[in-house]
Amino acid sequence: MVAASSRKRKGKIRWSKLYSFAACFRPLTSKERLAARELIGQPGFSRVVFCNEPHLHKRKPYKYPYNYISTTKYNVLTFLPRALFEQFRRVANFYFLLAAIFSLFSLAPFSRASLIAPLVFVVGISMLKEAVEDWHRFLQDLDVNNRTVKTHISNGVFVDKLWKELRVGDVVKVNKGEYFPSDLLLLSSGNEDGVCYVETMNLDGETNLKIKRCLEASLCLNEDEEFSKFKATVHCEDPNPNLYTFVGNIEFEKESYPLSPSQLLLRDSKLRNTDYIYGVVIFSGHDTKAVRNSTRSPSKRSRIERKMDHIIYILFSMLVLVSLVSSFGSLLYLRQDMVDWWYLQLPDDNKVNDLDDSNSEKYDDRFFNPSKPVQSAGLQFIRALILYGYLIPISLYVSIEVVKVLQTMLINKDIELYDDVTCKSVQARTSNLNEELGQVEMILSDKTGTLTCNQMEFRKCSIAGVSYGGDITEVDLAASMRMNADFEPFEFSIDETDGATRSFEPFEFSVSSFSAQNGNARLTKTEGPVIKGFNFRDDRLTNENWIHGSNLFDITMFFRVMALCHTGIPLEDDNHKMDKLSYEAESPEEVSFLIASQEFGFQFCRRTQSLMVLREFDPSSMKEVEREYKLLNLLEFSSSRKRMSVIVSNEDGQIFLLCKGADSIIFDRLADNGRAYEQATTMHLSSYAEDGLRTLAFAYRTIEAAEYESWNTIFTQAKATIGPEREELLEQASETIEKDLILLGVVAVEDKLQKGVPECIDKLAQAGLKIWLLTGDKRETAINIGFACSLLRQDMKQFHLSLSRDAESNNQVKDMKEDILQQIESSYKMVCEERNKEAPFGLVIDGKALEIALRGDVKDEFLQLAVNCASVICCRVSPKQKALITRLVKQYTGKTTLAIGDGANDVGMIQEADIGVGISGMEGMEAVMASDFSLPQFRFLERLLIVHGHWCYQRISKMVLYFVYKNVAFGLTLFYYELYTSFSGEVLYDDWYMTMFNVMLTSLPVIALGVLEQDVSSDICLQFPALYQQGPRNVHFSWSRIIGWILNGVVSSLVIFLANIYILSPTAMRENGFVADIDSLGATTYTCIIWTVNCQIALITSHFTWIQHLSIWGSILLWYIFLLVYGALPPNFSGNAFQVLVEGIGPAPLYWMITVLVVVVSLLPYFIHIVIQRSYFPMDDHIIQEMEQCYKKYDVRDNEMWVREQRNSQRSTRIGFSARVDAKILSFNQQLQQKKLSIYRSVTNSPIYRSITTSPFS
Amino acid sequence: MTDTDRGTQRDRHSAFSLFTQQSLPACKPVLTPEWVIMTFLFIGFIFIPVGLVTLRASHSVVEIVERYDIGCVPEPFRIDKVSYIQDDSIPKNCSLSFKVPKYMKAPIYIYYQLDNYYQNHRRYVKSRSDKQLLHGQNEHGISSCQPVEVNNDRPIIPCGLIAWSLFNDTFTFIRNRAELKVNRKNIAWKSDRGHKFGKNVYPFNFQNGTLIGGGKLNPTIPLSDQEDLIVWMRTSALPSFRKLYGRIEKDLDVDDVVVVHLMNNYNTYSFGGKKKLVLSTTSWLGGKNDFLGLAYVFIGSSSVTIAVVFTLLHLLSPRHYEDTSYLPWN
Repeated sequence: MVAASSRKRKGKIRWSKLYSFAACFRPLTSKERLAARELIGQPGFSRVVFCNEPHLHKRKPYKYPYNYISTTKYNVLTFLPRALFEQFRRVANFYFLLAAIFSLFSLAPFSRASLIAPLVFVVGISMLKEAVEDWHRFLQDLDVNNRTVKTHISNGVFVDKLWKELRVGDVVKVNKGEYFPSDLLLLSSGNEDGVCYVETMNLDGETNLKIKRCLEASLCLNEDEEFSKFKATVHCEDPNPNLYTFVGNIEFEKESYPLSPSQLLLRDSKLRNTDYIYGVVIFSGHDTKAVRNSTRSPSKRSRIERKMDHIIYILFSMLVLVSLVSSFGSLLYLRQDMVDWWYLQLPDDNKVNDLDDSNSEKYDDRFFNPSKPVQSAGLQFIRALILYGYLIPISLYVSIEVVKVLQTMLINKDIELYDDVTCKSVQARTSNLNEELGQVEMILSDKTGTLTCNQMEFRKCSIAGVSYGGDITEVDLAASMRMNADFEPFEFSIDETDGATRSFEPFEFSVSSFSAQNGNARLTKTEGPVIKGFNFRDDRLTNENWIHGSNLFDITMFFRVMALCHTGIPLEDDNHKMDKLSYEAESPEEVSFLIASQEFGFQFCRRTQSLMVLREFDPSSMKEVEREYKLLNLLEFSSSRKRMSVIVSNEDGQIFLLCKGADSIIFDRLADNGRAYEQATTMHLSSYAEDGLRTLAFAYRTIEAAEYESWNTIFTQAKATIGPEREELLEQASETIEKDLILLGVVAVEDKLQKGVPECIDKLAQAGLKIWLLTGDKRETAINIGFACSLLRQDMKQFHLSLSRDAESNNQVKDMKEDILQQIESSYKMVCEERNKEAPFGLVIDGKALEIALRGDVKDEFLQLAVNCASVICCRVSPKQKALITRLVKQYTGKTTLAIGDGANDVGMIQEADIGVGISGMEGMEAVMASDFSLPQFRFLERLLIVHGHWCYQRISKMVLYFVYKNVAFGLTLFYYELYTSFSGEVLYDDWYMTMFNVMLTSLPVIALGVLEQDVSSDICLQFPALYQQGPRNVHFSWSRIIGWILNGVVSSLVIFLANIYILSPTAMRENGFVADIDSLGATTYTCIIWTVNCQIALITSHFTWIQHLSIWGSILLWYIFLLVYGALPPNFSGNAFQVLVEGIGPAPLYWMITVLVVVVSLLPYFIHIVIQRSYFPMDDHIIQEMEQCYKKYDVRDNEMWVREQRNSQRSTRIGFSARVDAKILSFNQQLQQKKLSIYRSVTNSPIYRSITTSPFS
Repeated sequence: MTDTDRGTQRDRHSAFSLFTQQSLPACKPVLTPEWVIMTFLFIGFIFIPVGLVTLRASHSVVEIVERYDIGCVPEPFRIDKVSYIQDDSIPKNCSLSFKVPKYMKAPIYIYYQLDNYYQNHRRYVKSRSDKQLLHGQNEHGISSCQPVEVNNDRPIIPCGLIAWSLFNDTFTFIRNRAELKVNRKNIAWKSDRGHKFGKNVYPFNFQNGTLIGGGKLNPTIPLSDQEDLIVWMRTSALPSFRKLYGRIEKDLDVDDVVVVHLMNNYNTYSFGGKKKLVLSTTSWLGGKNDFLGLAYVFIGSSSVTIAVVFTLLHLLSPRHYEDTSYLPWN
């Protein structure tokens, strides 16, 4: 009962009073109202919505789509044509389609089945994959579409209705914490004044809540029953993607009221701090602004795949070349010799004339017609194109797809990428980009929800010049620990040589002494109950111990500021213990203050219109007392003011102004006698800031009643003013009272990072990746996070690009441009000058400056500067800008970019980047839907890139190269044979051998390679992130490698073919005198090919599990089995291959000896190549493999060299935690040096030392 | 470390999870100098002996090759050999004689060798009907036999260019005035005789057309016993080929003089092909062919050389394995 009544009471608070001059309540000016009215009914503004009468929207012209959303690419009808079209857009597939068509007209050298079957198989598999992926999309849509919302049916009854069944005109009721199912027109809310709070993080990434307010006219509609008779008509704009505009009017009870964006609740945003709202559906489904804003995700192709196209072109030109040679050769033979070959019975000109017409047709062989040599050669050319088609790896695409699907499956199944908290795991949503993960050079990251949890934690505070909550930063801790570790071996060696120097103090900077030197913080390790938003451990303040502090009054005032100067409200939670409250406020920061002050014994319990009630711990009586404070005024926080104040009077009638704000702003407004703690506080501030904590300074002043009265009249007047000058007046008024403050201290809150984020960023930085932070949040927050993630650090040179005040006020694009250009140029000059020095650069730019910087003529300069900075932070950027930056960076640098984000505001960026990653831990699905990979947490990016990316890149590039090799080696033997058959188009091998080649006999090993190959294990990948650089440098798929592999294929084919014909011809191949005929030679040569290509893949593989062994040796075995089975079939099926193994080649020792010889000889060049490379030009993975091999016996990680190399590999890293620790160590060492020097000086200057050195005994 | 610890907590034992976690036990060979040297030496030590044995086998084979296409045309006709061979009125018999250079142990295989004869021409190879060869007249799938499938509206058995161009030179061998018996049985593959050429299929309407190609067939003998045809129908892979004619099952001594009476019927003159008669013994490896042995010896000795060179290089300027100075960051 109590809870219910208090909720009712809370609902009665008039929020509009609380926010005394919030800008969003600015009423429309009459001019705008007029403009809006004029637009209605014009083209583009023709939509009519009959509120609460959805049945009227079932017929034209008011028929609008249902609220059903589909993101699938295909539907049942369009799947076949569209998917087929997609398939045959690939050059290779189109070529094989043509080949298959030709095969129907007896042009082809092969049987029809052997040409059509592989094509159907390949295309079928690819289409199946498309279908499965689309099915998943469909299921996700289904999930969204089947959410429910309370919808009005009739007579004031609301029932649950599926989202997809909503129609325009439906009245819905959305409860707190729910998403809006479509774009709604706000009719009324649970708050009396029709205000509601909306979280739009999914749309624009801004974390603060937006206020929406209904029209006065519809305020009364705040009960279910009211809607039984409700009717209204809305005229408004047509669906469009613009999130921030809305033009329309509503006719309600014979009156027309204009509508503005502040009445429009957008799909994908969430209701917060408001119990419920009523709204009417204006735009549904694909008409909603959020959906209109989303673009269909472009199909992305990886770099390797794009390069693969070029390889296909090369192979294709090779194909055309050999086909030309063949057709030209056949032309020559036909012209010169072939006429004399009587055994061919070629249609001779003379003979044809002799025979009657019916016979002449029968002699007409289009391929060998001496009377039409050119036509014959042309046909031969087409036949050759098909014949040598084995040069084009038809199964390459399908094998790659199979491999990628399997890779994807393995990525999805990785336990290390499973998040226990959200029970979600990594999802590769498309399998196209696995290998692209291994080539990323630039990461563009969103902040809120991606790096941070959007949750504030109270961490530290400095009250009256004393810092609480611990002094040591984590960087100090890590640095001192590392230094100790470094010194240990060093110290050891000293021990042995000279015992006297043992007193040398490596522990000088150890944790204990460090904290002892710099303050007397008592770190209590006892873990209390974890309180959300409060991560503060200092028993000088907790448990009411603060009453023993020296500056009791300041401490008390400090806590009062914390408990009173805010806009929050307490929230009764039935489940919660009654003495602890939870709070809700506009920003999570304020919530953390309220929780902290409650922990300190200043519980904020109630707020009424003009009263705030605190339950305070009274030091004198040692009891909790309830005190009431009259809220006189509230001076709102805004980004330009950067401060907020409340004016309260306590029970004794004393009037206080309690103020909190950015430290610089507060420090400017201090009274002369209020600066007692300024120096100490400033010191603490900088240490907090370095840790990435957000700081706010607290101050107060007492106001005399008279002064207050006179000020209040001015302020009230200002508030009553209507018009553009209102804000200025208010600003001036508050300026006059917020002065002569007395500084109390500062608080530091942590924008809580997600688990493992700094470590992950550190590893990514070590892997050589650049990380850009793009956030919609304000600059201070962004910089704090930059520090917290070690993207920025104190010794880093920072450039801040922003519009200077005059340029901004002038509002002249030209001025602004010049301003920015100047800043960029000066910064760039500095970068150029100091590039060789160690200190890296950081760039911070805000949205407005960015807008200028990304314009055509400035953008190159800007990008040049940005690329040269170690880290870049862009704040206050709109979703569109995020996408724009991503595109420009991608274009300008040509490097692979990865964008990661969690909200709908990141969708543009995610789609634009080469790889888009969505965070799936959050509620919104938009980013995930648009992404290529979804992660439950940012930290999984580390393993995804450094392990899986690296592996997949290696696997796919090895695989593609091998494929090229394999097909060149096989395809060219066909060509060589043509030279011996007078280019007649005869094939050395049986049709089925050839069909089996790509489908069965060589496909499994290459798939095993593509799925399971590992150059080094995952542990080692993570320990040596620098290995990742192989991908961005593209060492495994460079043109020299590609050409090398093609040459290797040429060599192998030559060896195989020549050895076979020289050995098998013309003498007997067996003891019984039988000679090798075309079938024996074909089977033998083919055996050699199967052995060679399968042994070649064994040479490539560096990681043999039983699967690889089975697939490689099994494929070879399979060939013999196939030959046996095929040969055992009746001759009707097997043709000339009948019994070829059993009777022809099997019993001949020559056959087996050729196989051994050819395999060794054809692999020898490659083997010598890798031997030379390994021995004299080893790559990093080779060395690491060797290191691992050598130290397998011991535990690798304890090995000294291992640790040293790990350290060395990180040396060039410029950002991240390790780099920061390194920098710290450097500065510590400098201090140490100085200290040693001073000790040395003091010793050498001491009289004793002098006497010793000058003594004659020495 | 913690990563692996966490992994072990879940069941790592099942083979499936080992697979999905990509941690199947694997062998990771690393190419160390020792391995390289061992490999090359191994190849060398296997290949050289094998090569030598092979060469020996090849050298044990005695081979006599006699070209007779020009010699068998009488002097006056040598200007226009084509008209000589096409003129049926001129007798085509001819004789050759040669001395056996080395002792030849039976069986001695008799081959005829044709050069520049494209039995592998696509038009030629395809011009046959396996169905007809096996099942005879019942089958009508003879369209593949173009252009020799029917004559006077009746199908030809065996049809097709290959059969039509059957080689028809014949040889008889005389040593010391006694005829050497030539065994002409079992010169074709057993499976061909048993399963590809019908026992009840008899030549029919063969070589009756206006154009006469090669040899004629005895219409009373079923195809499965026409071994000459069967051998001829196994088309050769290359334009220069030998085909088995028969076997002499008596040893030939050194300096034995063998006289060959042959019927020089087959026309190779129009396209400049050569005809040779080959007598050869065989070893376990088949005929005389040094290429294989030489290749083995060459590769074997190259491998040994590479091994030696590599060992020297390794000793003179060794790259220490796991030498970290090659790492890019050093």
